[in-house]
Amino acid sequence: METKNISRRNFIKLSGMTGTVLALGYYLPAAGKEGDVIKVATAENTGIELNAWISIDTKGKVTIINHRAEMGQGSFQAVPQIIAEELEVDLNQVNIVFAQGSQTLYGSQITGGSSTVRGSYQRLLKLSATAREMLIEAAAKKWGVAHSECYAENGQVIHKPSGKKWGYGDLVQDASKLEPPKNVKLKESRDYKIIRKPMPRQDTPLKTSGKAIFGLDKKLPGMLYAVVERSPRFLGKIKSYDDTATKAVPGVKRVFKVQMPVFANLRDGVAVVADTLWAAIQGRKVLKVEWDDAGFDHHSTAQLYARMNDSFKSEGLSQKTQGSFSYAFAKAEKKLEAVYETPYESHSCMEPINCIADVRDDRCEIWGPIQGPDWIQQDVSQRLGLPMEKVIVNMTFLGGGFGRKAFTDYPYEAVLISKEMKAPVQVVWTREDDMTQGPFRPGAVYECKAGLRDGRIRAFQAKMAAQNMDHQWPGADKLVYNGSTTEGFLEPYFDSIPNYSFSDHPLDSPIPVMWWRSVYSSTNGFAYESFMDELALQAGKDPLEFRRQHLEKPRYHELINKLEEVSGWKSRGKNAGWGVAITECFSSIVGEVVKVSKSANGQVKIDKVFAVMDCGWYVNPDTIRAQVEGSIVMALGAATKHATNFADGKAVETNFDKYKMPRISDTPEIEVHVMDNEEKAGGVGEPGLPPFTPALTNAIFDLTGKRIRKLPFALEEV
Amino acid sequence: MATYTLKINNKTHTVEADPKTPLLWVIRDLVGLTGTKYGCGMAQCGACTVHANGKPVRSCSVPVASMTAQNITTIEGLSDDNSHPVQQAWIKEQVPQCGYCQSGQIMAASALLERNVNPSDEEIDRAMQGHICRCGTYPRIRKAIKTASKLMSQKASTK
Repeated sequence: METKNISRRNFIKLSGMTGTVLALGYYLPAAGKEGDVIKVATAENTGIELNAWISIDTKGKVTIINHRAEMGQGSFQAVPQIIAEELEVDLNQVNIVFAQGSQTLYGSQITGGSSTVRGSYQRLLKLSATAREMLIEAAAKKWGVAHSECYAENGQVIHKPSGKKWGYGDLVQDASKLEPPKNVKLKESRDYKIIRKPMPRQDTPLKTSGKAIFGLDKKLPGMLYAVVERSPRFLGKIKSYDDTATKAVPGVKRVFKVQMPVFANLRDGVAVVADTLWAAIQGRKVLKVEWDDAGFDHHSTAQLYARMNDSFKSEGLSQKTQGSFSYAFAKAEKKLEAVYETPYESHSCMEPINCIADVRDDRCEIWGPIQGPDWIQQDVSQRLGLPMEKVIVNMTFLGGGFGRKAFTDYPYEAVLISKEMKAPVQVVWTREDDMTQGPFRPGAVYECKAGLRDGRIRAFQAKMAAQNMDHQWPGADKLVYNGSTTEGFLEPYFDSIPNYSFSDHPLDSPIPVMWWRSVYSSTNGFAYESFMDELALQAGKDPLEFRRQHLEKPRYHELINKLEEVSGWKSRGKNAGWGVAITECFSSIVGEVVKVSKSANGQVKIDKVFAVMDCGWYVNPDTIRAQVEGSIVMALGAATKHATNFADGKAVETNFDKYKMPRISDTPEIEVHVMDNEEKAGGVGEPGLPPFTPALTNAIFDLTGKRIRKLPFALEEV
Repeated sequence: MATYTLKINNKTHTVEADPKTPLLWVIRDLVGLTGTKYGCGMAQCGACTVHANGKPVRSCSVPVASMTAQNITTIEGLSDDNSHPVQQAWIKEQVPQCGYCQSGQIMAASALLERNVNPSDEEIDRAMQGHICRCGTYPRIRKAIKTASKLMSQKASTK
């Protein structure tokens, strides 16, 4: 099955506009003002743009437009689950379609920053509650009874005193003539029947039967396939190429130069287009390209890290300060300094990068595994000089995203190749392309210093050296600090530490970098929470207790108490190593405890991981558990298995034989708990990742006395 | 180019292909069964796993010319309605996240349970070691294989 993509016009057509369906939408009047629910028909007559729509047809079937991508994180499930709750329908009655890219309609559609639920749940709840109230009103009128005598349940309106019932389908026509009520009352979370329940995901059966259509599975009539031999050194230019042998491969149609925009640079490549993918791959194998690699650095990992370490001698760009670090540090009773190193990483989504483009004279249509369809629409529209509505971006299921599939490079490269071929073309990146071309997670080095007095942190300084993703854009001001330097650091620390200083030391390099699950928190968390552990030791305090003392807010104490309880922290034995770390990003707080011990052969092994996630208001506890489990496994890979290195200006690791992924046998037992509270909804897909690595290395220190400050490290060599 | 007759999911398919074409691309692009996935092209990740005479095979690394005498099963041939016990267990334990690697994982798990209906933890790890899941669904894969094992043992005992 494919994800169904739909345009606004088609939705309105489907919604009938005839009064035989109840179609409601949510609109935002102006930035900062609270939005409202109105009928799609009203919006259409008055030109109001809606974002988020539902419709109910005469069979009682509910359709919701999902404006976010599904890449495994569960938005395919979370959005209908929210709708079904307030609308009082069975989850199976909710049909979900994917929205085509349109920023004016949906606001940002970038599926990133763990934002799908936390960005839209309030309006989805209101939208469905409004529809429910209109259906109840329609039934009450039909029966000539008071609205208050009726209630909705399971797709029906029921008259309490008589037990009479109407199905939603029978009521939509009448309901569509009513005006949506204002200020509908939303349920209390204790009354939820669907939200906060571990409902099975609707996309699961598609993914166990091979029926889910990912980008690479999409086919169009007359579609050609292309692979591209791109500059392995990012900035290299084509001097010449010889395609004699390529053109002799049966099935190869054309060979030509293509330049893909990657931030401020153009990546040179030679495209091989053929009628099958295998023919294109074979043609590329015998293509000879001579590169001009003069005029830029051919960096190695050692050089990059030497430069980052060296940059701490300078002031850097100040991001956040309070009090006087240097004064308080000088006066401290105990002082500590440490440097932490984290590597570059490849996203390595299991579905390699690919995209289909069909460019015609006056329009362009795109299909692919895309995290930000509106961003692609905007980018392609500008570059091709086409009006926005002539650029149609369709999302397929994504075989992983993790930030990589939010970038604009690969869709536009497909556009260029289709435009040249005047035919629909699917551009496929091989695993080697995917792993060596980037963008990568930036590697980072941290220099941390702190001073203690009376067992408390009085002075804290962190310097982060890493490429700043924002500095890559054309015309970027490279004196702007990286706002993510403090990402992952717990908010209450800023209150309890009187003197602190965070600064950014940007590394300038042609290596393209991009968000990687949890972004800078994925590396910040390791540095800051390892250092916190080292400070607790210096202060002579239990690491959990030390954190409790510095996190003086009830929400954080509740999380720490829960973590202490579920992990059995207080009764921990002497034969095992225990480590804890807590980080905060995308409005969620996650604490993790790792227990390690020595196996019979003397090697360190992970016995168990305990995680407590506080993401505030939430939808599906099972999806949250799955996301935290997955985040921990991904963190385990970056901590102990893989890294992207550079030599002579090229990425060294080319496929899974060199970039070693965590496997089933590396995976420890993981126990996830979700906090129940009424805080604002936070992110789910990413915040579970950052605390794992420091909790692991803190546990290893507890067991062995060895402090690990550089990633990755091999668990078997500790 | 040559003509090959392949038996896939109990159906005969005749295709025109270069003899070195990996089975994967024949299944996906010529036969049109896209449930089998490309992940690495070098038998490192397991996403392309199919059964050949009941044994798990990395379809990205076997040329079509060597597969004509084999009985090939892809995820689409395991069942047409998710009724295979491994698929049932995968749904019960809510294994998939992005889902891309899961066809291969399911094919490996079903081949394992076919030859060993009650595998130990070590045997599960060994059989699934060649399969990468970037979403990190491994804890649930372990659970689901145990669930499938129970389903299959029950089925066998009621026969």
